[in-house]
Amino acid sequence: MNASGTRPEFDPYDPLGIDGELSTEQLAIRDSVRALCRDHVTPYVGDWFERGELPGIRDLARELGKLGVLGMHLQGYGCAGMSAVDYGVACEELEACDSGLRSLVSVQGSLAMFAIWRWGSEEHKQQWLPKMAAGEAIGCFGLTEPDHGSDPASMRTWARRDGSDWVLNGRKMWITNGSVADVAVVWARTDEGVRGFVVPTDTPGFSAPEITQKLSLRASVTSELVLDEVRVPDEAALPEAVGLRGPLSCLNEARYGIVWGATGAARNCLEAALDYSRSREQFGKPIAGFQLTQSKLADMAVRVNNGRLLALHLGRRKDAGTLLPQQVSFGKLDNVRGALEVARTARTVLGANGISLEYPVIRHMTNLESVLTYEGTGEMHALTIGQAMTGIPAFRD
Amino acid sequence: MNIVVLVKQVPDTWSERKLSDADHTLDRASADAVLDEINERAVEEALLAKEAQGGEVTVVCMGPERANEAIRKALSMGADSAVHVSDEALHGSDAVQTARTLAAAIGTLESVDLVIAGNESTDGRAGAVPAMVAELLGWPQLTYARKLDTDGQSVSIERESDAGVATVEANLPALVSVTEKINEPRYPSFKGIMAAKKKPVSTLSVADVGLSADEVGLGSAPTQVVSSAPAPPKEAGVKVTDEGEGGVQIVEFLSGQKLV
Repeated sequence: MNASGTRPEFDPYDPLGIDGELSTEQLAIRDSVRALCRDHVTPYVGDWFERGELPGIRDLARELGKLGVLGMHLQGYGCAGMSAVDYGVACEELEACDSGLRSLVSVQGSLAMFAIWRWGSEEHKQQWLPKMAAGEAIGCFGLTEPDHGSDPASMRTWARRDGSDWVLNGRKMWITNGSVADVAVVWARTDEGVRGFVVPTDTPGFSAPEITQKLSLRASVTSELVLDEVRVPDEAALPEAVGLRGPLSCLNEARYGIVWGATGAARNCLEAALDYSRSREQFGKPIAGFQLTQSKLADMAVRVNNGRLLALHLGRRKDAGTLLPQQVSFGKLDNVRGALEVARTARTVLGANGISLEYPVIRHMTNLESVLTYEGTGEMHALTIGQAMTGIPAFRD
Repeated sequence: MNIVVLVKQVPDTWSERKLSDADHTLDRASADAVLDEINERAVEEALLAKEAQGGEVTVVCMGPERANEAIRKALSMGADSAVHVSDEALHGSDAVQTARTLAAAIGTLESVDLVIAGNESTDGRAGAVPAMVAELLGWPQLTYARKLDTDGQSVSIERESDAGVATVEANLPALVSVTEKINEPRYPSFKGIMAAKKKPVSTLSVADVGLSADEVGLGSAPTQVVSSAPAPPKEAGVKVTDEGEGGVQIVEFLSGQKLV
């Protein structure tokens, strides 16, 4: 009871009243992202997914830019300068629409833009960040390679000095936005250690063939980056980053967004299952009236809202400057696997319709299979937590 | 140029809307409240005019304290300031009293060139307030605009009605009401949302706008709601199976409903 003796009503879509923890502005941010998705993405995304394409990605990037989503948590250079919780709220809404959309935004803002913002020269920032914030330029981020995923320290892509230039050779794999990007942040070994390079994608020797034949994130551009004697000037190197802490700091940013995003996908699956169960009738009554269905709905609600609380907790720590990488691993590990559980359970509530693109559930479910392993597999996050708990690293000597 | 946009907070059309049993006024607690969609278009049109001509956009709203959420949204879209007439005495005001209050609120502002309103709200749907406000201000009214042009001196609209499309012009100051077709409103950007926190909203009582409490509200409303009932549930339609007589049956049905 509050002072006036009235209690808020139970909201099936927000059973713990977490929205009440958000500020008026955060609710407005949520509403704006939700409206953009409702008008520009949700009606079409099932069809894009089926066709395996993201048509009009440039227009979509500009719409996101107008709203202020791209690099929204960065200060200056045309970025909106919002808080970590603000950014999280936006990620939750984007991924409630589609994980591919959230991936587009994460890679642009948390990987490519963050790398330039955190580790780039003033010239890099002036040249790229305002255009990227506006969605006029699209960025990608090349760390993973065909043979080097969880262990990026073993990467083979390398950059050699040639006079005052750098010459890059190698391949990067599973690069979101690669084929449509204007600029790639590419990480390569050098004699000094791992360094990052800001490479305009029209540089001779750079190509980015799109990866087809995937059954996940189909409404998202995924590419290979091929670097064949790519020559860039000395100034292309990110001056502030030497060693793996450069790329790992960016991944930490993106993983934080996933902690929120995954709960968005799960929330949307739960909403679809709840709505379906109330209208679908079998044996003369809505299936929501069966105990087995109610058990599933309750379990999903617990999973989704525990995830939202965890995301909010980590967001508040990030805003306070106390968030640790191990805590991001905690969130990424549990919220993504939790979201997959919810998606699979929701799929059973929908019966045969659970596998139809008429409903969002199977799309979220297959998308989350990518989210499960990208930006650090569940296993790697478990090992990171294990190392922090025991003091013993289990994955390297 | 100085533009005023009239906005209203209404129950979300997606939520269940109810009238209170006691006095047949809107049960505001029973539904989610939002800035009326048609008002978003009115705000958008005002912002477009401001972007072309310069000037300021002021939001004018009559409604309970909670209506500040709707005002906040209009400010987040880019309006510069707001006047919120909020007073217990206004509860149950009808269209005439609402128009008087809004006209009086506009009267507290200096040198207004153009007032833009939605053609009708999605809750009351009287569709009368814009015309009444214009009448009370003694200004020309250009209603049902699907297109608006202004050069800062005069305003020209395409007025769309059942009778067709007419081009209507007037010198400023004037009032324009807009339809759904006028534009696609922008989303409040994150910068706009943060900027809205600092924009001035002056909250005025009935007395502040120069009216007395007994001129407004349910007690003195010129119109009264005597009774109300929920709309009956939709009945199953008539299915005509064409066995050679289908066309005749449809015509008979339509003439039976006095539709042809």
